[in-house]
Amino acid sequence: MKAKVLLSLVLLCSAFAAPSARAEDNAAPQAPTGPAACEVPSYLLATESQLHKVADTIKDAKPLEILVIGSRSTTIPSSEDSSYPARLQAILKEKLPSEPVHVSVELQSKKTAEEAAAGFVKLMEAKRPTLVIWQTGTVDAIRSIDPDEFRGAVTDGVTALQNAGADVILMNLQYSPRTETMISVPPYLDNMRVVAQEHEIPLFDRFAIMRQWNDQGQFDLFNPSRGPELAKQVHDCLGRALAQFVVDAAHLGPAQQQN
Amino acid sequence: MTIADQVTGLPIAGTADAKSLDAKSSDAKSSDAKPVEAKALEAKPRAAAPAITLPVIGERELRLDLFRGLALWLIFIDHLPPNLLTWFTIRNYGFSDATEIFIFISGYTAAFVYGRAMLDSGVVIATARILRRVWQIYVAHVFLFTIFLAEISYVATSFENPLYTEEMGIMDFLKQPDVTIVQALLLRFRPVNMDVLPLYIVLMLALPLILWLMKWKPDLTLGLSVALYAVTWQFDLYFSAYPNGFWAFNPLAWQLLFVFGAWCALGGARRMSRILASPVTMWISIAYLAAAFYVTLTWYVPQLSHFMPKRIEQWMYPIDKTDLDVLRFTHFLALAALTVRFLPRDWPGLKSPLLRPLILCGQHSLEIFCLGVFLAFAGHFILAEVSGGPGMHALISLCGILIMWAMAWVISWYKQVADKSGSKTKNAVGNADLAGGG
Repeated sequence: MKAKVLLSLVLLCSAFAAPSARAEDNAAPQAPTGPAACEVPSYLLATESQLHKVADTIKDAKPLEILVIGSRSTTIPSSEDSSYPARLQAILKEKLPSEPVHVSVELQSKKTAEEAAAGFVKLMEAKRPTLVIWQTGTVDAIRSIDPDEFRGAVTDGVTALQNAGADVILMNLQYSPRTETMISVPPYLDNMRVVAQEHEIPLFDRFAIMRQWNDQGQFDLFNPSRGPELAKQVHDCLGRALAQFVVDAAHLGPAQQQN
Repeated sequence: MTIADQVTGLPIAGTADAKSLDAKSSDAKSSDAKPVEAKALEAKPRAAAPAITLPVIGERELRLDLFRGLALWLIFIDHLPPNLLTWFTIRNYGFSDATEIFIFISGYTAAFVYGRAMLDSGVVIATARILRRVWQIYVAHVFLFTIFLAEISYVATSFENPLYTEEMGIMDFLKQPDVTIVQALLLRFRPVNMDVLPLYIVLMLALPLILWLMKWKPDLTLGLSVALYAVTWQFDLYFSAYPNGFWAFNPLAWQLLFVFGAWCALGGARRMSRILASPVTMWISIAYLAAAFYVTLTWYVPQLSHFMPKRIEQWMYPIDKTDLDVLRFTHFLALAALTVRFLPRDWPGLKSPLLRPLILCGQHSLEIFCLGVFLAFAGHFILAEVSGGPGMHALISLCGILIMWAMAWVISWYKQVADKSGSKTKNAVGNADLAGGG
């Protein structure tokens, strides 16, 4: 609290009479009325790279096994069912009613891309997924790993996943405005984009999508709320966008979606 | 009017006769330096041609102040979360951004002021003055770090959004304040947005050596700088940081811009004037800037990237800011070449009240830079606490700029008053704010 008092004083001095509007924020998370609109401009979901193996699996009417390799931002503490992998599974099942879709999650908490990639061969032998969604970069950004090393690690990881016979989607960091002054995100976003380009795999630009939502006012990501509501809504929307992204990248036309 | 007239003043002689005159001139403020110009001219014929030439202290080079002020504003805006005003910052229109402008001008002005001091009063005195400046910048950096620490501690205790549990891992360093603070004092632990001052400190520390070499052989010095840059790229040299990683601005690479600025200040600009004046340079610059603009456009309008050959993309990316990518450096050169060409030294607009705020800010760059970093922190804080929309964002940016302007005005006013009373005792040592740079 001392820090708050200090900062407030300093702020007052600098002619920004910082209002103490925080008190209200704490009382109740401002849940928007009605379901949140998860609109994502189409260019954020556009990708040239394709998911051939997913497309084949659906065409052959085989079960679609998806593995999400992520970190702590893959989940919501104590509400696993609302996290984006769970939502992805639910929505893909709606979109592809005829195929069994199963999404499993492999959490690599507090691991850098390099540390996570080290276990990929074993992991792939155990799970044998058709599609791997690899979400990474946050831990590397927090620890400010050398971006070149990070790129190398992501490259190695993607290669390992591809060699194991899976389609790969890379997912980048969350947009986190509160920590923007503390974590330098751009180098990691850039390098993930480069790896995706080099390997011609789709990149799910979670950062840009979430920033879009924040800028458009759909979500207030500055909100310091302790409640899980905001997180649930954001993950629901992420799951929806991700499902759409998978369907588009696999070029599943309406025909396959309905059959 | 030729470029040569725009970029240079008169050469100064380095003889003993001239020395006594110049010693006075460096103590004097710009306003009363004019008579010295004439005396220096008289001294000139007797002097052996010095290796470097300095423009006479006369009118301030307002273009430098203008663009440094602009760079300060842009750095401030870039440090805030993206908002409406962000679209006016140059990094959206090409490879280089305000940092390049800032470091170049800092090199230019530092060489200008301390290069003169080195000619006038010798290497030891000049070095001492440079070190004093370094100390000021260091103190400013530590001050900013303290504010950052207060902010981050507050965020750590108040922010518990379950969406961002992972990102909160950044607070882990608070668990070891002993190590963290010592590392910060050693410049190894630097929070985001606080990378420019440490870079500047290192560059200023190297300045005595740079100037000493330049006094001897300016072109060789620039050549050595280029060589160091190349070696840095070749062998991937870097400054390590705490807890891991490296400096976000690699001084071994960024020194190129600084030394180039110094080289220009010490006569290089005049020698390049013919190149700068040639239409070929102009068209190459325009073509390059246009190409860079197009590439930048593809970042925001991904549909355009269909027209980008994959091979070029693979060769070009990533455009490395840490090591001052060649693409960034050349982009800055192109911008500078066009600026010098189309904005003459005596452009009447430089005196217009509209540009006054920018020029004022540029004249007190260290203070205003620090204020800008602080205001960016404060802006983040307000956005977080009051949860602002785009309107609030823009408002904060505007207020920040107004505050920077007001502060620059106050400092100017104070210096004027202080100079008036101080001029009787002649205690003004050099023109520190001209050499400033933060």
